[in-house]
Amino acid sequence: MSAILSVEHVGMRFGGLTAIADLHFDVKPGEILSLIGPNGAGKTTAFNIMTGFLKPTTGRVLFEGRDLAKTKPNEIARLGLARTFQRTSVFANDTVLDNVLIGLQRFGEPSLLERLLPTPRALALEKETRARAEAIIDMVGLSARAHEKAGSLSYGEQRLVGFALALAIEPRMLLLDEPVSGMNASETQSFVGLVRKVRDAGVTILLVEHDMPMVMEVSDRIVCLNYGRLIAEGTPAEIRNDAAVIEAYLGKSAAKLDLKEAANA
Amino acid sequence: MTRLIAPLFLVVFALVPLWLNDPYLMNALIITGIFTICAMSLNLLLGYTGQLSLGHVAFFGIGAYVSALTALGFDVSLPFGLRITHEGGSPLLGFVLAILITGVTGYLIGRLSFRVRGAYFVIVTISFAEVVRLVALNWVELTQGPLALTSIPNMTLPLPGLGDLTLRTKMQNYYLVLGVAVLSYLVVARLVASRFGRAMRGLKENESLALSLGVNATRTLTIAATVSAAMAGAAGSLYAHYIRIIDPDVFLFSYTVTMVIMVVAGGKGSLAGPLVGGLIFGLLPVALRPVMAPEAQWIVYGGILIAILFVMPNGIVPALANLTARRRPASLTKTPETPAEAGAQS
Amino acid sequence: MDQLLQHVVNALVLGGTYALLGIGLTLIFGIMNVVNFTHGALYTFGAYAMYLAAVALGLNFFVALPVALVAGLALGALLEFVLLRPLRRSDIDTTMLVMIGAGIILQSGTLWIFGGVAKAVPTPFPAEPLVIGPVSVSYVRLFVLAAALALIALTYVTINGTKLGRAMRATFQDHDTAALMGVNVSLIYTATFAIGSALASAAGALLGPVYVVFPQMGDLAAVKAFAIVILGGLGSISGATIGGFILAFAEELGAGYISSGYRDAMGFLIIIAVLLVKPTGLFARAERIG
Repeated sequence: MSAILSVEHVGMRFGGLTAIADLHFDVKPGEILSLIGPNGAGKTTAFNIMTGFLKPTTGRVLFEGRDLAKTKPNEIARLGLARTFQRTSVFANDTVLDNVLIGLQRFGEPSLLERLLPTPRALALEKETRARAEAIIDMVGLSARAHEKAGSLSYGEQRLVGFALALAIEPRMLLLDEPVSGMNASETQSFVGLVRKVRDAGVTILLVEHDMPMVMEVSDRIVCLNYGRLIAEGTPAEIRNDAAVIEAYLGKSAAKLDLKEAANA
Repeated sequence: MTRLIAPLFLVVFALVPLWLNDPYLMNALIITGIFTICAMSLNLLLGYTGQLSLGHVAFFGIGAYVSALTALGFDVSLPFGLRITHEGGSPLLGFVLAILITGVTGYLIGRLSFRVRGAYFVIVTISFAEVVRLVALNWVELTQGPLALTSIPNMTLPLPGLGDLTLRTKMQNYYLVLGVAVLSYLVVARLVASRFGRAMRGLKENESLALSLGVNATRTLTIAATVSAAMAGAAGSLYAHYIRIIDPDVFLFSYTVTMVIMVVAGGKGSLAGPLVGGLIFGLLPVALRPVMAPEAQWIVYGGILIAILFVMPNGIVPALANLTARRRPASLTKTPETPAEAGAQS
Repeated sequence: MDQLLQHVVNALVLGGTYALLGIGLTLIFGIMNVVNFTHGALYTFGAYAMYLAAVALGLNFFVALPVALVAGLALGALLEFVLLRPLRRSDIDTTMLVMIGAGIILQSGTLWIFGGVAKAVPTPFPAEPLVIGPVSVSYVRLFVLAAALALIALTYVTINGTKLGRAMRATFQDHDTAALMGVNVSLIYTATFAIGSALASAAGALLGPVYVVFPQMGDLAAVKAFAIVILGGLGSISGATIGGFILAFAEELGAGYISSGYRDAMGFLIIIAVLLVKPTGLFARAERIG
């Protein structure tokens, strides 16, 4: 089966600094693929390239066979490729419901006149949108918090709101940037269930995550990055025993890595 | 609570001319109303998209000139031997043209400056206003330059079955301004409550996140700029047909500043904010005039602007809303400062 | 041809002060992320400080000039300390609005104290211009150009060659990291705003004696400074320097060959051209995001 997302020899340089040297991998439709690697390996940069927030210095990204080189982030979202963010994942000053409603803003596309006049069609659309938002909030298990400000939720709950936002655009593929950071063990466990449920509904998942047990449990396949380069690719079992991966995380270069991070910071 | 402010304003101000006979105060109220419309239009941009138009007076002034020239007529020669002659027509047509032309102008300015985010829109609008002022000053054939356009006719409304009604009295103009203000309020209220409003709010709060959800930033911001400019243009038209004389001073930066203070003090991003701010800063000059020189008044306004931003950065109306909300037994959830704290909490 | 030569000389003289204005504004924006709407008022302030020092106090012209510069430095430091420091965590809109408020107070205050009548500042230079072939230029303008270039050079040396400059550049890159590296960011902000203000003030003090001094003189100067900064790219010092000269040339040639009434519209035309062709300015550096 052909890939839903292809990252083809992508390189990214900021001035003299190489964030990604040469990244090359495919994501197959319907799989859960994890992108792992030590801090500063270029994972978030890779995400920003795949979703159009950065344009790669070399190489290209294809989503469903379409080159994203000239596609803006909002257009990529509309193609069905959604993402979550590591740090600012919610509209903090709005309620959870309003957050998801913002995520749903592209549904229906009423005419300018309908925006100004409360026509029956506009009112019906509004009602439908709200119902849809409530269903999504219910799915991620935040119904009880629907009317609280997203910024007042716990960190883990905010990640769920971010996830709900991404779901709101009904993506065919979802990029999750450290979705369980800030979640406790039981929250993480139920999130794993949620991710599986979304995948079973036909959404391909690409995951960046530091929680290794979670990654090992949920992934079908894993690719490992270090120094902006792909160092290993395989099933969780294969990755667990890969010499290059072990060295990247624990090995002799660990001290050197710290230095490099300090220099990049 | 703050939902009641707008209807309350409408009822109170609809009744004012019935008991107020003082022409000076009526005049102050009409001008206040016109600037409140400007403040509402500015709020659509500053309050809901976070983009500040510091050349808002340009749209106001263009609206005034377009409307006045449509009513008065003009005869200008252009390069290449072209010549445009317009006989003069109905002020109502001027009002409509003022809205259309300022809308298109706002659209163009938006398309141009929203290509990049940051302070660009502010800077483009402020220098645009300066250029329009220069044009008004130098294109004497069209605008009479510093000599001003005079004898602009009052607004005329065609009433079905009754013929044309020319609004000559203060009371008539008062109700005209009130009517346009109500319409403007409703337009902003509907826009903000719609999907379009959600897109604006998303962009303002977290642009990257909004983009990732498919919000078209340029388009959303440009539409907001278009509507906002058209509304300021409508206010400019009202001004021209009420005051009946306009000169390049309608493009003064201090008018923009007045609008900004009205919005910021009243509460940007709240529907009632510009109404409250507009009323306060529309009538404050009336109160201060006997006791202070204009320069001293401006020092006071500048001080109030700073004080509001320090004490209640969201403005008066949201501050009031917070106050009333706090009295209710709120289900306060503590915001975790760190992920660790969040973990410990749950 | 002779006329063109004259325009070029005029533009060079004007460009120096424009560059000063632009550098001050772009420095503050780049390092502090503040759109400084007191910039025009500080320009006016510098001109009035020059007037007070040279006319009211009767100081020597060459003594009055540094006095005006130091006065701008002090006022800038004060503004930063009182208004911006408490708002460090606020967004760019809030600080911009506060600066608008401060600008109004400064300008209205000037009008209140000095009145609207323009003041002249006498200069020690000979009234008759220096004539070289077809070109004539007054001595005071030549001095203004020399002083402006000296101040620009001083700014470059400060930023690229001193400890303060190194800390400023680190803060420009990333203020959080700079703070971690032991830079006193608060101090850097105050210093930056003071230096930017001093440059605006110096521009006013230099041009005040060339033209006249009046309370609204800063309005146009501020709009031009914004045009220069957009032209050079927000935050780029060399961009602002070159941008200052480009604007001066555009104005001088536009006024000479198109229409003098629209001289001050050139800045806007430049802004439009830049936004159409290269929106981030001619000399912007690539930003790292994410």
